[in-house]
Amino acid sequence: MVPFNLLVAACLGYVIMLFLVAFRVERQARRGRVRWLRSPVVYTLSLSIYCTAWTFYGAVGYAARSGLEFATIYLGPTLVLIGWWWVLRKLVRIGRTQRVTSIADLISSRFGKSNLLGVIVTLICVASATPYIALQLQSVTLSFNVFAGPLPEGWAARDSNSTALWVAAGLALFTILFGTRNLDANERHNGVVTAIALEAVVKLVALLAVGIFTVWVAADGPADILARIEASEVAGWRMQPGRWAGLTFLAGAAVLTLPRMFQVMVVENSDERHLATASWAFPLYLFAMSLFVVPIAVMGLEVLPEGSNPDLFVLTLPLAFDQGGLAMLAFLGGFSSATSMVIVSAIALATMVSNHVVMPLWLRLRSGGARATGDVRGLVLMSRRLSIAGVLALGYGYFALSGGSSALAAIGLISFVGVAQILPAMLGGLFWRGATRLGAAAGLGVGFAIWLYALFLPSFGGGGLFPADLMAGGPLGIGWLRPQALFGIGGIDPLLHALFWSLSLNAAMFCAVSLLTFPGPMERLQGVAFVNVFDHSGPTRGWSRGGAEAEDLLAMAQGILGADAAQGFFQAQAAAQGKAGFLPDTTPEFIAALERRLAGSVGAATAHAMIAQFAAGAAVSVQDLMAVASEAQQIMEYSSQLEAKSEELARTARALSEANGKLRALSVQKDAFLSQISHELRTPMTSIRAFSEILMEGGLDGADQARYARIIHDETIRLTRLLDDLLDLSVLESGRVQLNQRAANLHDLIDRALQAAGQTRPERRFTVHRDPAGEHVAIFTDADRLVQVFINLISNARKYCDAERPELTIRARRRGARVEVDFIDNGSGIPAAAQSLVFEKFARLTDTTRAGGAGLGLAICREIMANLGGTIAYVPGQGGAAFRVALPVRRAREAA
Amino acid sequence: MQKRVLLIEDEPNIIEAIRFILSRDGWSVATHSDGETALAAIRASLPDVLVLDVMLPGRSGFDILADLRADPGLQALPVLMLTARGQGGARDAAEHAGADRFLSKPFANAEVLATLRELAGL
Repeated sequence: MVPFNLLVAACLGYVIMLFLVAFRVERQARRGRVRWLRSPVVYTLSLSIYCTAWTFYGAVGYAARSGLEFATIYLGPTLVLIGWWWVLRKLVRIGRTQRVTSIADLISSRFGKSNLLGVIVTLICVASATPYIALQLQSVTLSFNVFAGPLPEGWAARDSNSTALWVAAGLALFTILFGTRNLDANERHNGVVTAIALEAVVKLVALLAVGIFTVWVAADGPADILARIEASEVAGWRMQPGRWAGLTFLAGAAVLTLPRMFQVMVVENSDERHLATASWAFPLYLFAMSLFVVPIAVMGLEVLPEGSNPDLFVLTLPLAFDQGGLAMLAFLGGFSSATSMVIVSAIALATMVSNHVVMPLWLRLRSGGARATGDVRGLVLMSRRLSIAGVLALGYGYFALSGGSSALAAIGLISFVGVAQILPAMLGGLFWRGATRLGAAAGLGVGFAIWLYALFLPSFGGGGLFPADLMAGGPLGIGWLRPQALFGIGGIDPLLHALFWSLSLNAAMFCAVSLLTFPGPMERLQGVAFVNVFDHSGPTRGWSRGGAEAEDLLAMAQGILGADAAQGFFQAQAAAQGKAGFLPDTTPEFIAALERRLAGSVGAATAHAMIAQFAAGAAVSVQDLMAVASEAQQIMEYSSQLEAKSEELARTARALSEANGKLRALSVQKDAFLSQISHELRTPMTSIRAFSEILMEGGLDGADQARYARIIHDETIRLTRLLDDLLDLSVLESGRVQLNQRAANLHDLIDRALQAAGQTRPERRFTVHRDPAGEHVAIFTDADRLVQVFINLISNARKYCDAERPELTIRARRRGARVEVDFIDNGSGIPAAAQSLVFEKFARLTDTTRAGGAGLGLAICREIMANLGGTIAYVPGQGGAAFRVALPVRRAREAA
Repeated sequence: MQKRVLLIEDEPNIIEAIRFILSRDGWSVATHSDGETALAAIRASLPDVLVLDVMLPGRSGFDILADLRADPGLQALPVLMLTARGQGGARDAAEHAGADRFLSKPFANAEVLATLRELAGL
């Protein structure tokens, strides 16, 4: 016998190991070492959350009661996976192209991103999963009690409710820790998936160990077991074809529609090809899981005392043979089954609740038209975390209320019937373009209602919600409304009865209403994108050009994706359009891509609503509809692809010819450079030579002599300045400049520059407008170099501003970690053609006389700013010549 | 009779130097600093000799010279070109455009004087 304390310790140790595994894997994944995580083996193993505690323990019990019927639970998924090519492949492809976050998101997205459907599906899933989670808690509690029961000492007195509470709280903690790391639900939860794969191995090993023990130790090998099976009552079981087919179908439907299966199969899928492996490996896993079910059941019935709970044979059989270690392993296997199911269910349900209930509510409450900016991430993550806690609290609450009644044992199949209601809308959405939102809503509504009425509520038993006379006579005595004999057709198994009526009426309503109503524009678009997902995996276009400002969209996306991810995405999109910077053109393609990216975090409906705030009224254009409705749609798609290609070519060509033109201009300038230097040197030398010859000849009066000497003197200074500028420029360009950085106040630097530039054309009245409040910014940079730039700009304004009353406006403002200083005069500005050249060497626009420099000033400014980690640019359209100097408030160290 | 020279040059100190040298030698010196209006100034003053800088604001000396040579009334006007740009190529270009003489800056004062005298037939 295993001491109870040891069991608790093993259990805790096991949980801690899961934490460590998940933690390590998350760390590795963040370092990019995830190759082995993305293997088809891990994918297949993660699918095994299909096998919950209900199948781990319950399959044996099921076999003890109903013989081979338990196999239907494995047969359904096996058929679905073997036929992966037809349904699963499409589901996974759609899940990836549309960045689907949950099954509710899939249905909502397919039917025009309707949030109503999202809410209905979420409701169905929560309603069916809650009792299922309770069942897992019960199985853990029961299995604890098996060990605790006969022992007087230890924690045996602990009541089962508190065990369940501890388990629920622990699972909530684990799920919140590892399930809400990434906001983008479309990213894999690597830690969780790996922990689940590990648990899958544990439960398989445990069940196989118990099975092998049963066959070769408890019995005398396969032959003996076969003889015992023959002799037992299990062999007397006769197949009921209707129930057999019904259950197989139900299990197949459930594997497609269970939120947790959708989560691991579609949302967490990292590679479509993994499906191909899983299509044979997962059935094999299921086969291995079911291999020893019957032997264990038969031996249990034979060896254990009459009235033992067959659901716990997996534990009690080893205990009966005094195999404590084996029982412990079996216990851990059951524990694994329960916990992995609860964890994934909680993640899936929390994503749905947060994306389809909390976020839309928040958008509606907060908005009133206000645009969604600010940090939405925190909100979404918090709502996911609360949802996880909420889902587990619901499960625990259900467990506590139902008191762990035997009614729970049947809840597995009841749950299956509940989620199976999603099947018609899902398959219809995948294969039928005519399916509409209203049809889906009607079908889901009817199916859900019948399920509640005919199966779920009656499952609480006669003393439960439905009084016995209602069950027997129908509501208000209306016989044909009896919950388990609808339309007067009684005598069928209640489960099959409910399955048949709910699903057939669901499907009928879905088809009928779909045929009677017309899909909206967005539904048509999404319908094509889903049904024809393999024909064109290109994105659907839902937006027409214009309306949205890239900058607004960036602000909104930053709130959801986080600043880095959003800027990275925008930059990549801009680069794809051949643009530099962070702001791509808001083309329909770009907006659609952004919407899909956001959908990966907050679901399609919410993402659509958020984008719609910006691209108002621009939802679907007539052309888009034509593209869908027309028979020639394929051709149009093709031609639009060609168009896009040729547009891209044209864009590339434009960029090339621009670059080429600039190169040519630069090469002309390079050629002109020597000639320019020659000119700039020879001009002052000419004056110097001419006047020195005049002076040498003598015969001048004193005044002339002095004047000519002054000219020679001035021209020498001019030559020196030119040489200084050239040397300065070459040092700055080579990047070998010594920067003398210190803290300074921008205001003082502008003061210095204004004073120094005052000598330029001092005879002109020159008004300077300043903004002292904005200028008081502390900066850490090479102040002298910065002043040199300011002096240059101010002198240029004084020299070249051609207004009657020249004015200069200096504006400074802080932009995050940078500061921008604008110098704007009121002259006629720089002609557009010359704007790109002003910063080139010798690019003096007017000629020599007025300038008095060599045309190197702005070129030097540009080099200085580059050395200071900043920029200088000409800003067009400011009503005069406008230059913007931008630099970091504190210069980055690595550039020093 | 006093020979008249028109100097088209935009650098004030060079104008002053040439004006001094030529005035002292007995020339009557007129100056003009803008390339665009240079042709009109030449037509207005009809000098005996023209001194033309290549780098002028508004219009290059070569263009002015080309117009000059296309004008029947001014075809024969003797022209001395001055340039501060490069070597070699500039001289060829000047001769091709129809300059009678070519001097590169900086020049010797005596050289300018001698060239102008020769052009004016003194």
